[in-house]
Amino acid sequence: MAILQVTGITKRFGGIVAVDKVGFEVNKGEIVSIIGPNGAGKTTIFNMLTGVYTIDEGEIIFDGKPIHNHKPQDIVKAGISRTFQNIRLFQDLRVVENVLVGTHIKTNYSFLDSVLRTGRFRKEEDEKVFEAIQILKSIGLDDRRDDYAQNLPYGDQRKLEIARAIATGAKVLLLDEPAAGMNPQESAELLQFIRSLQKQGYTIILIEHDMSVVMNISDRIYVIDHGKPIAHGLPAEIANNPKVIEAYLGGVSASA
Amino acid sequence: MDKKQHDANANKKKNMVYYIEYYVDKYKIPLAAVTAVLLIVLPQVVSNQYIVTTAVKIGIYIMLALGLNILVGYTGLVSLGHAGFVAIGAYTASLLATRLGLNFFGSIIIGMVVAGLAGLLLGLPTLRLSGTYLSIVTLGFGEIVKTIAMNWDPVTNGTLGVKNIPAPSIFGYKLTIANNGLYYLMLVMLLLIALFCYAVYKSRTGRAFLAIKTDEMAGIMMGINVTYYKVLAFVLSAVISAAAGALYATLIGYIDPNTFTFDVSTLILSIVILGGMGTIRGMFLGAAILISFPEVSRSLMDYRFVVYGLILVIMMRFRPQGLLGWKSQMPYRLSKYVKGRLEETKQDSSVVKQ
Repeated sequence: MAILQVTGITKRFGGIVAVDKVGFEVNKGEIVSIIGPNGAGKTTIFNMLTGVYTIDEGEIIFDGKPIHNHKPQDIVKAGISRTFQNIRLFQDLRVVENVLVGTHIKTNYSFLDSVLRTGRFRKEEDEKVFEAIQILKSIGLDDRRDDYAQNLPYGDQRKLEIARAIATGAKVLLLDEPAAGMNPQESAELLQFIRSLQKQGYTIILIEHDMSVVMNISDRIYVIDHGKPIAHGLPAEIANNPKVIEAYLGGVSASA
Repeated sequence: MDKKQHDANANKKKNMVYYIEYYVDKYKIPLAAVTAVLLIVLPQVVSNQYIVTTAVKIGIYIMLALGLNILVGYTGLVSLGHAGFVAIGAYTASLLATRLGLNFFGSIIIGMVVAGLAGLLLGLPTLRLSGTYLSIVTLGFGEIVKTIAMNWDPVTNGTLGVKNIPAPSIFGYKLTIANNGLYYLMLVMLLLIALFCYAVYKSRTGRAFLAIKTDEMAGIMMGINVTYYKVLAFVLSAVISAAAGALYATLIGYIDPNTFTFDVSTLILSIVILGGMGTIRGMFLGAAILISFPEVSRSLMDYRFVVYGLILVIMMRFRPQGLLGWKSQMPYRLSKYVKGRLEETKQDSSVVKQ
């Protein structure tokens, strides 16, 4: 049983069909990659999955329930969280505070509790801080916990985005080009980390351009071009698929 | 290795801000005690009504700045119509006191509730606006409140204003400037409001505000209900401003629509910017400077507002984050419980390694 079942989703911006009847399914504990040339509509798909965009057609079933056109906040609560292609951290907050914002929906105390500093407030706050530090430890950012997000090197900022997404308690993580701008060593580390997430039971949907990452880590790959699905299958199949090669490198001229 | 790295980090960080924060934190109890004693004995020592009145005024403007700071400093919504909330609080409380003879404490609470509702009403339609557009709507709000106060004669007494606003009294004991009662009332209210702001800031609510300010989209993706928190910021800000407004009305004893002009809104905003947006400490310094400056600079006569403007321009050029608007350099404060548990897990993992 697929945890996420996407069928025929379509998004139009005026006359442009950005995503055209794309469908895929993701099983629990899988790492599924969505690849495609620039402008293929990958990030648009993420925006549809997370409720940033409404969808014009199709449906998204998560854990047996339709979630398409729900509010983004409700989708996070349901258990899907994401990172951004262009890093969107809370730059003026500390690393640990960024992760604490991630725990927002799981933090159970009322406004009055926080104003009166009740026992419940202190207990919840302590637990969430401890949890945030554990997440930072697991991703290797604990020694930078007190730093402000804007002072982190690029690779660490990407990691912090993942940490923040994990903190929401979501079991499905959408990672939008997590290895962008990383050097080979950093992306190798990231690969390790994403694998460890899979072992912990997370389901991961990845948008990535770095083929060494995609081919190494994905259980299955979906390829999108100009908003349309063109292929899907195991990494080895995709690597040798002529349609995919054509989409990335351009068609072979017939007269040649 | 880990420890060494941490020390290296600590060394790298040591600049002036770090030392100020370090020593303030180290001696916070004696410092707080000295400040408290100074503030309590101040009116007894100076026994000059003019100075005590100025001190109360500074206190009122600190409260107003703390209120606006929730909106501007925490949530990043710039309001240019805060005088509107001050007016609602001041008018509601004074009218209840003068017409219905309601006690100050009853009327101030009703004033806060009414202003809170106004904050809710203003907050809801402005959710889709941001930046300049939002500021213009709030600017309009301030003017609307003023115009209502001016034209709703049967209730607000129009341009004649509300006269003879009674001094607050506790068990028949009148709190005035002459007996310093008003000064101590201001201190208590200021303390409560500052603690309230701190409690909000250091909680899930404060983090949600800051998240919305720095990146609204990312905040939404963390499950923050942006609508709720933006409206909450408006309401909290309005309630605090109304409390300060009600106190102001009893201090002066007279209010009219021109007490709450656009100038008041800009003055509050200037305090927030000068002191340091998003900080609590900054509001105290900002209000102290901007409210006492016109008083001490009376010798400059007409030029004092030129100097006043010049200060703000120079500030924006050389220190846009505000005088005290630095980011804390101290480590993030962990509670004893969290520290204890971190120690435990450290020991556990070292046992496992062996």
